[in-house]
Amino acid sequence: MDRRMRNMFLVPYGLWLLLFVIVPILMIGYYSLFDIDGVLTLNNYKRFFSPIYFSMALRSFWYAALITAVCLLIAYPTAYLLTKTKHKQLWLLLIILPSWMNLLLKAYAFIGILGTYGPINAFLKVIGIGAKQILFTDFSFVFVSVYIFIPFMILPIFSALEKLNPSLIEAAYDLGASPWVTFRRVIFPLTLGGVKSGVQAVFIPSLSLFMITRLIAGNRVITMGTAIEQHFLVTQDWGMGSALAIFLVIAMGLTMWFTEGGRRVR
Amino acid sequence: MGKNSNLAKIYLLFVFAVLYAPIVYLVYYSFNSGGTMYAFQEFTLEWYHEVVQDTRLFVILLNTVTIALLSAAISTVIGVVGAIALVNLRHRRIRNALLTLNNVMLVSPDVIIGASFLIFFAAIGIQLGFTSVLLAHIAFSVPIVVLMVLPKLQEMSPTLIDAARDLGASWWDVLARVVIPYITPGIMSGFFMALTYSLDDFAVTFFVTGAGFSTLSVEIYSMARRGISLTINALSTLMFLVTLLLVIGYYIISTRTSKQVRWGVRSR
Repeated sequence: MDRRMRNMFLVPYGLWLLLFVIVPILMIGYYSLFDIDGVLTLNNYKRFFSPIYFSMALRSFWYAALITAVCLLIAYPTAYLLTKTKHKQLWLLLIILPSWMNLLLKAYAFIGILGTYGPINAFLKVIGIGAKQILFTDFSFVFVSVYIFIPFMILPIFSALEKLNPSLIEAAYDLGASPWVTFRRVIFPLTLGGVKSGVQAVFIPSLSLFMITRLIAGNRVITMGTAIEQHFLVTQDWGMGSALAIFLVIAMGLTMWFTEGGRRVR
Repeated sequence: MGKNSNLAKIYLLFVFAVLYAPIVYLVYYSFNSGGTMYAFQEFTLEWYHEVVQDTRLFVILLNTVTIALLSAAISTVIGVVGAIALVNLRHRRIRNALLTLNNVMLVSPDVIIGASFLIFFAAIGIQLGFTSVLLAHIAFSVPIVVLMVLPKLQEMSPTLIDAARDLGASWWDVLARVVIPYITPGIMSGFFMALTYSLDDFAVTFFVTGAGFSTLSVEIYSMARRGISLTINALSTLMFLVTLLLVIGYYIISTRTSKQVRWGVRSR
């Protein structure tokens, strides 16, 4: 392709990158330097380290880590067993299909399922435990988040397992390794790339969830995402919201850096 | 290695049951005449009638579809043109830098995208409403189109282009009659992805939509905050059916053009 044409092609894409990726991020940085009255200050950053905001951020990280860990614990065996099924592509499709359903609708369904008169409580009553408040608890928040994110964990692990050369596992067995040692020393290290992309695909969105916290956790859990949304759309303190967003971007960068080498989200 | 043991089968079955429970649950109660998501009384289509007759909902549906089709079409054009420009870039470092920026948008959390667009639109004076939502949807759909088209361009043999050039084709001919036909499957999946991204988006839209404009996701959110209404169930059943049709369509397109179907997981 000649240069003139190439440059002509680069213009719309470059313009998009500039206007919708670079400029908005720079503007968040710029806004984070102003307080609610429009005075230039570093106060927003100072406020982030105040007990209220800092403990909120830590709790948000803790929840995101918990959600990621639970996802991994359930997803790895699932992905492994899926690779052993007969029609694995079909089963994989069936795992992915629910993830194409609108997130809100899934959250909405859980309001009914976990609600006071929902099937879970009906079941608890039948087995004699009695009805419990499940909705609007930390448990329901983690459960629904795991539900939403688990396909993102299963898919990369599944592809990593698929790429694994089976003769390596046979070699491990031939050399006398037990199934557990084979898993720990051969299978897991070789599928670490998939695990890393799964972690990346779950951890970052878990930090920034905001609608679930309101619908399922009844504002009991405040994530970074909820806090940003509150500052932008409720209290209109864009400066503080931007400062929080900057920290979220840093967290995102660090997560990507730690999980580098994994496959990209697709 | 042998087949899965019974324990493994039970485990997989359990995972599938949990994954599909909410969907089945929603659909089941959309036919409940009792008006609640428990205690099924009688079969009724009342809620579907309500969805169909609600003119406000119909306007919102039209908005959603218009935004989806327009944003998917425009972002596909920008994405395809961008991908072609990217593979033709000679400087490796510039190309990698641009690709990194592309990925930044892909992995950015919705709140960041939403908040930064809100600031951006406010700063350049774009009224929140149809235009801002459309621009936002185009913006977050472009990187996924690039990602779907790029592998197709990379796997294309350069000899195809050389041959066309040798036979006297102009650059424009090469593009229109060699490159574009070759990468059409990638373009189709990119368009499809952009379409579903847009149809499904809640978080970004929530930030950049004004008071007078709403899409289905935003509307469902405000309905759900008010509590349970089986109209949402009926609506979600219909939406799930549409999603199912789109997925089947995508599957047919992909299997026709290549043996390996590339499934994306929704990232937002």
